[in-house]
Amino acid sequence: MQITSPDFKQNARHALDDVQLQKALGNVRAGFIDKRQKAVDALPEFEALRDNARDIKNHALENLDLYLEAYEQKVTASGGQVHWAETAADARSIVLDICRTRGARTVTKGKSMITEEIELNDFLDAAGIVPVETDLGEYIIQLRGEHPSHIIAPAVHVNQDQVEADFRRVHTHLAPDRDLTAPETLLDEARQVLRAKYFEADIGITGANFLVAETGSSIIVTNEGNGDLTQILPRIHIVIASIEKIVPTLDDAAQILRVLARSATGQDMSVYTTLSTGPRRPDDPDGPDEYHVILLDNGRSAMLGTEFQDMLRCIRCGACMNHCPVYHSIGGHAYGWVYPGPMGAVLTPALIGVDKGGHLPNASTFCGRCESVCPMKIPLPKMMRHWREKEFERGLNPATQRYGLKAWAFFARRPWLYRLATSIAIPVLGTAGKAKGRFSWLPFAGGWTKHRELPAPETRTFRQQWSQREALKQGGAA
Amino acid sequence: MTPRDAILGKIRGGLSGADDAARRAAVEARLSTVPKGVIPARGQLDDVSRVDLFCAMVEKVTCSVARVRSHDHVPQAVSDYLRARNLPHAIRVGEDRRLKTLPWDDIKTLEVRRGASDGRDEAGLSHAMAGVAETGTLVLSSGPDNPTTINFLPEHHLVVVDARDIAGDLETVMAKVRNAFGKGKMPRTLNLITGPSRSGDIEQKIILGAHGPRAVHVIVVG
Repeated sequence: MQITSPDFKQNARHALDDVQLQKALGNVRAGFIDKRQKAVDALPEFEALRDNARDIKNHALENLDLYLEAYEQKVTASGGQVHWAETAADARSIVLDICRTRGARTVTKGKSMITEEIELNDFLDAAGIVPVETDLGEYIIQLRGEHPSHIIAPAVHVNQDQVEADFRRVHTHLAPDRDLTAPETLLDEARQVLRAKYFEADIGITGANFLVAETGSSIIVTNEGNGDLTQILPRIHIVIASIEKIVPTLDDAAQILRVLARSATGQDMSVYTTLSTGPRRPDDPDGPDEYHVILLDNGRSAMLGTEFQDMLRCIRCGACMNHCPVYHSIGGHAYGWVYPGPMGAVLTPALIGVDKGGHLPNASTFCGRCESVCPMKIPLPKMMRHWREKEFERGLNPATQRYGLKAWAFFARRPWLYRLATSIAIPVLGTAGKAKGRFSWLPFAGGWTKHRELPAPETRTFRQQWSQREALKQGGAA
Repeated sequence: MTPRDAILGKIRGGLSGADDAARRAAVEARLSTVPKGVIPARGQLDDVSRVDLFCAMVEKVTCSVARVRSHDHVPQAVSDYLRARNLPHAIRVGEDRRLKTLPWDDIKTLEVRRGASDGRDEAGLSHAMAGVAETGTLVLSSGPDNPTTINFLPEHHLVVVDARDIAGDLETVMAKVRNAFGKGKMPRTLNLITGPSRSGDIEQKIILGAHGPRAVHVIVVG
């Protein structure tokens, strides 16, 4: 996929003007937040579990090499095969090699962000192998030639009438006058179309939510069951997972599972949590004959030992974007690469470079909601600030912004001048905006006021109010 | 240098300064002792209340539940379920001895199909190895006894679980898995199932029956 993160500002402007998208984003604001809160409130141990989940992942990262070795040994012992891929290109060629040597023509896929990251679908298509996405949301966007706009709800930017139009366009073997007005009928149609694909496929590819060092198991967490049909019906199951998915033990996985589903969808457990270990056993009547795991680095090892190591704790629940006012306004595509929202704003510059992804950490007011809901307690705003510093150090932000920051720094270092300037500006703005309490237009601030209003300040500065308050207190005490 | 060595080398580079011997000891300790973590109080109940909680939780995740006194009553419970929903009087079932030895012949006209499912069965029956009261989760392991295809291909999945196998929490079940298959060993597939298949991908409305079963019926024995 073409990286459009450098055009973030333009992407965001288009997103704000996109009527369909704005309608669809209403579903994010409405659904996820309440469901998560209810699930969290129903579990008194949630905070303790968050702390433990964070500690487990920290421990796993501090010993990542050793746990990967232990994991590999267990996969091999259970008859599976581990492949190591330093880059996206390496992972793609391992997949292609397995496909070619087995004469595979069709590949079904469970939902996997890592295969988005390595752009597997386009690559397989070009090699003459047909990839079929089986998660309903992924299937919808594959039909539309799009990429996911959310890491757990890939088609959250699409409205129901658009899905109906896409199904009518692609499923031409079905009666053109069929009734597709209810979402249930759309789901049924996808179920029927895809059911046949599971049986046709030579290879099933899934991602992994966890890799368990204790047993050599890969774990996928889904609600639809598509990931399971993808991995039990074809002859070959390929798991593609990044190296930081490792957890030490089954019990560690059980701990993190408790915070994952609650943070993602507000469920206590997702419908299907599936542990897969090796290929089918000699007396098994079903399951794949071959089991491959591709362990992908693709820039993650370079984050270890840096201020971005904590990001590797991420379990991809999506809570940060579900609670992000910026994501709510512009959706996921504006971020211009695979990972949107706050987690994407931190991860993207690390994986594709701050020169390309540097805008993303700027798309935040540091309101802190992302960190407050992150089940792994990742300090997302702090890491976005680190990226801003790097961007500034490397002179990557535009001249106006640099001069603006320098001008601000000039004032900030001279408190008397700062006080003077604000004591003039604040009463002017405060008086001008008094009637409405906010500005819907301001000279030189059209970029701000086009899509939102600027709250009018009080007529006195904070410091003026503070000294008055202190004076009153003193007066009261006397 | 192999890609494996390159990746492990980069990881070690990033973790430089760490004491390798101490790390190795910590990893070995964690893998052998398996520290327990935080166990929510919700499922930590006496035997009767734990089974009650399990039943309440599986209903909460939109399964239906039937409770029977012994395994001998399972065939009737299966038949009742199929008839109540006007389904064909046939059930797909694996080789599990707890299900195989039941008085199926007592139920006239019920067709019992043995082995893995090929996708043409309306209803399948499995025996869970455990249940988790905390979340209403069923735990099923693959193999000839309970082929994994039965968990996903039929529209209706009926699952028998022995009340004695209902644990308070998932960690207790993981200990049982270690016990059953050996430490560090697993069946090919271990399915933790919490409700029927569903999707929220169309405008975030939850609809049941995405790719797996549209309905899950839990039969608790004992």
